[in-house]
Amino acid sequence: MISVNWRAMSAIYRFELARFFRTVGQSLATPVITTSLYFVVFGAAIGGRMGEIDGVSYGAFIVPGLIMLAVLTESINNAAFGIYFPRWTGTSYELLSAPVSPIEIVCGYVGAAATKSMILGFVTLATARLFVPIEILHPGWMIGFLALTAVSFCLFGFIIGIWAQSWEQLSVIPMLVVTPLTFLGGAFYTIDMLPGVWQTVALFNPIIYLVSGFRWSFYGNADVAVGISLAATMGFLCLCLAIVSWIFRTGYRLKQ
Amino acid sequence: MRNILEIDGLCKTYASGLQALKPIHLSIREGEIFALLGPNGAGKTTLIGLVCGLLRASGGTVRVGGFDHASDYRQARALIGLVPQELATEMFETPMAAMRFTRGLFAKPPNQRLIEELLRGLSLWDKRSDRIQTLSGGMKRRVMIAKALAHEPRLLFLDEPTAGVDVELRRDMWALVRGLRERGVTIVLTTHYIEEAEEMADRIGVINKGELVLVDDKSALMRKLGSKRLTLHLQQPLPELPTELAAWSLNLIDQGNAFEYVFDINAGNNRIPELLNRINSLGIGIRDLSTEQSSLEDIFVSLTRREAA
Repeated sequence: MISVNWRAMSAIYRFELARFFRTVGQSLATPVITTSLYFVVFGAAIGGRMGEIDGVSYGAFIVPGLIMLAVLTESINNAAFGIYFPRWTGTSYELLSAPVSPIEIVCGYVGAAATKSMILGFVTLATARLFVPIEILHPGWMIGFLALTAVSFCLFGFIIGIWAQSWEQLSVIPMLVVTPLTFLGGAFYTIDMLPGVWQTVALFNPIIYLVSGFRWSFYGNADVAVGISLAATMGFLCLCLAIVSWIFRTGYRLKQ
Repeated sequence: MRNILEIDGLCKTYASGLQALKPIHLSIREGEIFALLGPNGAGKTTLIGLVCGLLRASGGTVRVGGFDHASDYRQARALIGLVPQELATEMFETPMAAMRFTRGLFAKPPNQRLIEELLRGLSLWDKRSDRIQTLSGGMKRRVMIAKALAHEPRLLFLDEPTAGVDVELRRDMWALVRGLRERGVTIVLTTHYIEEAEEMADRIGVINKGELVLVDDKSALMRKLGSKRLTLHLQQPLPELPTELAAWSLNLIDQGNAFEYVFDINAGNNRIPELLNRINSLGIGIRDLSTEQSSLEDIFVSLTRREAA
């Protein structure tokens, strides 16, 4: 018999993407408008008074951070909603009673959510391109970092979607934890622009490593070594994988 | 006859310590309609949840078509279709998309013809491209049934299929279930409507307080536990039961206007002719008489009452 239920994986993947494309207008409008607003505020209003950072204009400097911001938030929201919604409506019974393995379920949901985030990332990039010239030194690494981030944070979102017992809980972690961390994650500044002790504090923020590595793939400059960025992202990915596998092993919030 | 489902020692105790299901042994024969009958909270839904993989069993084994539902879960689950009690649908999707999704989940290749046939059979074809959200409750339930059948299961679980639906829809549902059986699908349905079990089932299992109290053919069950009630309406009311009739343990009912005689239909001699003769010889005039066979409801009430005693 089948060792991998490819059809189930692709059914979940296509089902989730169909949901995205049904509302593609509003799905894409949000990041486009947000990015444009950031450019008006930070690029034009404030950026004009800022000098270049490491030989890059301030407008261009914030682009990688903005993309990361969009990808992080959308990854968590999409993946969390994707699995929370069937739990909320009750249709998750079908998922549990189908001949699908946990890995296939995760691949379907996380794969679809990560695909959406990647699309949003590229749309954000294209929007930014309208405001400032952008160069990408290492396009391969750029896509690699984007994909890695999308997958890691979709897994994280998946975990939130399974943990949440209400719509409030679904949004509490993204709002109270992730948004502050992203804003303090070096999207709008380099670490050495921070006053003394805050430089050390900033190093405990995992988002710093993502943004730094991603910015390196654009301009070749980084706050922390690229290897460390990569290791930190991989570490987060592994942590999420471990939690997801624990969830399915114990049936946490899925099976009593 | 082959068994499509074999449940052996299956039990469930929740983390709270609540024992929802005591170890259950049950075999379902291929092609039959089996009704699981019991009051609310008896453990019907728990039993289905355990078999279908929605809940974790505390012990015991389940084999579906010979496949163990834990170690060969893919093969076992592929044979099962489930319609849960609660209405749960992909509200923003169309019936068509929802069915394709289900077929995919169960690793079946696309089959537009089958989907069309099912949707037509359930009078949903006109609604195939409407959002499920916009359908009526009865239609939503039919969408769930269509989805449960989309992967061509051989064993279909219907958990309270007619709870809260109107009489007409209930009749439709019964017709539908019979139609499925004719196509060779084995059906296990739960209900707390005795009427439904009596109407539909080949065999009946009575479950109460997490325990399978009894499993039998419907007709055998009716026969085994069945009693008949003879009511004799008198021409003149009597103040009390004549002592000459004490041997029959009659009841004087209806303000002395009628005798009630309950007898076992399986007893070789029901002593009715003697009773009538004696009444006649006492000069008591009989106006009318009626007999009534006990329903499954009476049987059920007596069973669960015995349990409580």
